[in-house]
Amino acid sequence: MLEIKEIWKTFNPGTVNEKQALRGLNLTLKDGDFCTVIGGNGAGKSTMLNAVAGTWMVDSGSISIDGADMTHLPEYKRAPYIGRVFQDPMLGTAPSMQIVENLALAARRGQRRGLGWGVRKDEKSQYQEMLKRLDLGLENRLTSKVGLLSGGQRQALTLLMASLRRPKLLLLDEHTAALDPKTAAKVLDLSDRIVAESKLTTLMVTHNMKDAIAHGNRLIMMYDGRIVIDVSGEEKKKLTVPQLLELFSKVSGSDEADDKLLLS
Amino acid sequence: MLNFINALPGAVSQGLIWGIMAIGVYITYKLLDIADLTVDGSFCTGAAAFVMLFTNGVNLWIAMLAALGVGMLAGLSTGILHTFCGIPAILSGILTQLGLWSINLAIMDMKSTVAINVTNNELLDKLLVSLRFVQDVAKGVRPFYQHPILVVGVFTVVLIAILYWFFGTELGCALRATGSNQNMARAQGINTDFTKILGLMLSNGLVALSGALLAQFQSASEINMGRGAIVIGLAAVIIGDVLLGKIFHNFALKLLAVSIGAILYYVVIQAVLAMGLNANYLKLLSALVVAVFLSIPYWKGKYIRVSVKTGGARNA
Repeated sequence: MLEIKEIWKTFNPGTVNEKQALRGLNLTLKDGDFCTVIGGNGAGKSTMLNAVAGTWMVDSGSISIDGADMTHLPEYKRAPYIGRVFQDPMLGTAPSMQIVENLALAARRGQRRGLGWGVRKDEKSQYQEMLKRLDLGLENRLTSKVGLLSGGQRQALTLLMASLRRPKLLLLDEHTAALDPKTAAKVLDLSDRIVAESKLTTLMVTHNMKDAIAHGNRLIMMYDGRIVIDVSGEEKKKLTVPQLLELFSKVSGSDEADDKLLLS
Repeated sequence: MLNFINALPGAVSQGLIWGIMAIGVYITYKLLDIADLTVDGSFCTGAAAFVMLFTNGVNLWIAMLAALGVGMLAGLSTGILHTFCGIPAILSGILTQLGLWSINLAIMDMKSTVAINVTNNELLDKLLVSLRFVQDVAKGVRPFYQHPILVVGVFTVVLIAILYWFFGTELGCALRATGSNQNMARAQGINTDFTKILGLMLSNGLVALSGALLAQFQSASEINMGRGAIVIGLAAVIIGDVLLGKIFHNFALKLLAVSIGAILYYVVIQAVLAMGLNANYLKLLSALVVAVFLSIPYWKGKYIRVSVKTGGARNA
C-alpha cells in the first residue's frame, strides 16, 4: 500500500541550522493498516507525514502509494490519494468559505475542476446527513462561514472532508493536540469511527502514548529521523506505557530521552 | 455649489468606470489575498491598446476585447513572476508595472497622449461612452439610453453577473479556496499556482477593460492615467466594505458595493475640487483616505480587544 524506501531529508543544508530530519527512513503499510506514530520532539514524525503528502520533495529515496510513484509529484497531484488532517485546526479548512462549500471542495479532491457548479443542489442534503452524524449541530449551519467554528468543530469537519472521497491513505498529524481533552477525545473517537467504516489505511501521529497504544493495529516509534520500534498485532495490544518507555531507552541508548518523550 | 451639481453626472459616470477597475482589485486583494500593483500599469495598457486599435478603424467591441486581452497578458506576466519565479507578489506586480510603462508608450507609438478625435461626429457616434454624451443627453441631442451612467451601469451589472456565476463554479471555488487557505487548497488537489495566475489574469483583464472605457470617456489615452489606480481601487473596496459590508452578504452585492464605493470616492473628489482644492493635491488626499481606512480595523483590534477577551471567557 504505502511504501517508503530509504528517504532522507536535510533542512537548511550548509548552514548553522542544518537539520537532518529524516535519515534513511523505511516504512511499508499494508492495506487497511491503522498505524500510530510516536516519538519525541524533532524525531521526524511530522516530517515523515509532510514527505508523504508532498509538502516538499525528499532529498533521496522513494515514496509510492498502491504502486504509484509519488516521489516527484507536487502536493496537489498527490491529493487524489491522500486525505489529511493537520495539527493546527486553522490549516485544514477555508475560513472565509461556507461549510457546504468546504465540503464540496473536498468532494472534488483530485478531480478536474471545470465550470460546473461548485456546489450542486443534490449535494446539500447529502452533506447535511453527514454533518448530522458528527453530532456537533453543524447540520443546520450549512451556509455558516467555517471561520466561525471552534477548533474542535473544524477538526471534525476536516476529518469528514478528508474522508469524503475515500482516500487511499489518511494522514492524521497530531490532529487532537490543539484541542481541550474532552474535545480531543471526541475527535479521536470520530477518527476511529471513520477509519473503521471506510477501512482506511491510516498514519496517525500522536504525542500521547496511551492513545498510540489504544488506537490502531500497529505502532511505530521514531527517533532521530528513523523508525526504532515497530510493533503490531497481539504484541501491540498487550503493550503498556512503561514497557514502551523501556523499549525506547534500550533502542536509543539513553534515559534522558524518557523525560523528553514523557514531557513533550 | 452649482459647479459641483453640474459636474455630478460626469463624476458618477467616471466613478462607475473606475468601479470596474476596483472590482478587478477586489478579486486580487480580497479573494486571492494578494496586493497586486500591476493595475497601475495594466489600466493604461488597456486604454492604449483600445485607442490605437479604435482610431485605426477597428470595431469598438473588438478593440475592447483586445484591451481585455492585453490586461490578461499583464496579469499572466505578474502571475508567472510570482509562482514560477518565486518572486513575492507585491514585487512581481511592481516589476510588471514598471515594464508596462515602456510597453504602454510603445503601444502608443512613443507618444505620451493619443487622442480620439471626437470633433469627428462619425467617430464620436461609434463610442460606447463619452463625457460629451453626458451633456448631449442633458441637451436632448442624444437619447437617454446613451447616458454614460446608464451604459456603464448596465455594463457593470452584466460583469457582476458573469463574475457571480464564475465564482460559483468549481473553478471559481478553487480560486476562492486558494485565497482563503493555500494549504487546504493544495490538500484538496488544487494547483494553487494555476489558480493564482488565473485570478491575476481575470483581475487585470477587468482593469484594462476599465482603462479602455475611461479612454473613451475622456477621449484619450494618456501614459499617466493609471498612476495610483491601485489606491483608488483599494479606496473603493474599503469604502464599499465599511459602508455596506454589514448589509451586503451576497457575493454579487459585495461586488456592487465596490462599484458604489468607487462612485462615492469620485463624488467626494468632485466635492473637494469644487471647494477649491488644487487638483495636484488629489493623490495625497487619496493616499491619506486609504491609509486611514486601512488603519481602522487594526486600531479596532488593538484597543477593543480587552472587551472581546472577557466576552470570550464568559462564553467558554
